[in-house]
Amino acid sequence: MAERHRPPADFLGLRAALADRLLPLLVGAMAFLAALGIAGAQASAGLAAHWQQDAATALTIQVPTPQAQDATTTTTRLAAVLGALAATPGAEGVQQLSPAAINNLLSPWLGTDTADLGLPLPAVITAHWAGPGGVGPLRAALQKLSPGTLVDTGALWTGRVAALTASLQACAAAVLVIVALIGAAVVSVATHAGLAQRRETIVIVHELGAFDGDIAGLIAQRILRLTVTGALTGTALSLPVLAWLARLAAPFAASTLSSALLGLPAPLWAALPALPLIAALIGWGTAQLTVRGWLRTLP
Amino acid sequence: MVLFEDVWLRYRQAAHPGAGSPEVLRGISFEIPEGGMRWLTGPSGAGKTSLLKLIYLSEHPARGHIEVLGTPVARVTRNQASLLRRRIGVVYQDFRLLPQLNAYDNIALPMRLAHRPETSIHADVIEIMKWVGLSHRHQALPFELSGGEQQRIAIARAVVSRPKLLIADEPTGNLDDDQAQRVMLLLTALNKLGTTVIVATHNTALIQRHPAPALRIESGRLVQDG
Repeated sequence: MAERHRPPADFLGLRAALADRLLPLLVGAMAFLAALGIAGAQASAGLAAHWQQDAATALTIQVPTPQAQDATTTTTRLAAVLGALAATPGAEGVQQLSPAAINNLLSPWLGTDTADLGLPLPAVITAHWAGPGGVGPLRAALQKLSPGTLVDTGALWTGRVAALTASLQACAAAVLVIVALIGAAVVSVATHAGLAQRRETIVIVHELGAFDGDIAGLIAQRILRLTVTGALTGTALSLPVLAWLARLAAPFAASTLSSALLGLPAPLWAALPALPLIAALIGWGTAQLTVRGWLRTLP
Repeated sequence: MVLFEDVWLRYRQAAHPGAGSPEVLRGISFEIPEGGMRWLTGPSGAGKTSLLKLIYLSEHPARGHIEVLGTPVARVTRNQASLLRRRIGVVYQDFRLLPQLNAYDNIALPMRLAHRPETSIHADVIEIMKWVGLSHRHQALPFELSGGEQQRIAIARAVVSRPKLLIADEPTGNLDDDQAQRVMLLLTALNKLGTTVIVATHNTALIQRHPAPALRIESGRLVQDG
């Protein structure tokens, strides 16, 4: 009896009641899905921003009757438009589509050789707008030089891509919320199972004067350990999968990604460590609420 | 110290929460002064254990007024109820030791739950284990102990923190005469030190050996007080 007695670390017997296999496994699966969801949301946002930028700056200029000359000038309408574009500082990458390229574009509707049809096709010029402000002044100037000239921007596509991005991100957010809710439900069920298994012990401890907060704290601590273990494992296991997906998406992604760690973007590296923390918070909070609610059924 | 005024108890039925169930206790009224001792007697099923449960706040009365250690139990918060329970020692009829804890840790449990420093716990546990004659069994788990040894550990757990009120439900039921006598000496010694003691028992010989006022219950009614 003279030796020192250490207080038992687990006097409620929670190691047996809340076993260290099933709950970490399920939480790990949730963390794995959450990691994929976060990566998907960030990737869609990045790609959309890239596409929006391309679409917003793209110019398509159609010059009707390109070889016609106005009475006041000696050059053709096409040459006048090309000259004006060359003289405009914001218009970059000006390129006239060749007849073959136009043929190619129209072939689904008009067949392989549009020249044989004798149709009055416009000349098509592509460019990128890098100037300040919008393309309104350029459009007005070109229409003055060549009446009927159309200047299209990618504004319509920009709006569509923005809508697509918003819907993809909403889907990712919904997935994350559902994963969090399922995680909380899993923790709640596991906690109830543990309480049922240790009911007699907890009732005795309660009747010996333990505070509800003390009992809830002990159980929440055990749940916290299990959820963090599961979330860390699930997040770690998601890394090779995310790296593989990043390699598949590399042609669509920014060129800087290839040099990043595992090919994953910095914002994803910042978000992934938060997963175990969020899982810990969900696990601890759910266990506290579940145990305190259950204890309220006792006198 | 312990005051009951027209107390009725009816257990809730889990399967039929709204359904009426027979009253276990009916119109119980009595008062035990501070430092008093009472036997609680009556036939099996009369309601002795139910009455004790009301005192250690394990049940709520359907009706009536109860004060324990000067505190009206209907008005206490959950934390106040826990603090009140820490001042009450309970010896359960079925011992209710924690199966995963050894004898030492079972006895130390109420003090640890009260967040007493570990250094101050050790001496008290050793002293009470000597009192109940189980110093050599401190490492034994409950399933390794006989019924009598388990009962003595349960008694040690109830008295180790020197409660203001001690409730014992058949504390000598599994003990031989010598052990029962030793336990009764412990309970009366605590009573002399100021602890209010309530002992439920069938053992008339024990009552005759240690005379004290008795509360007698029959069919949920108090039929004798004094």
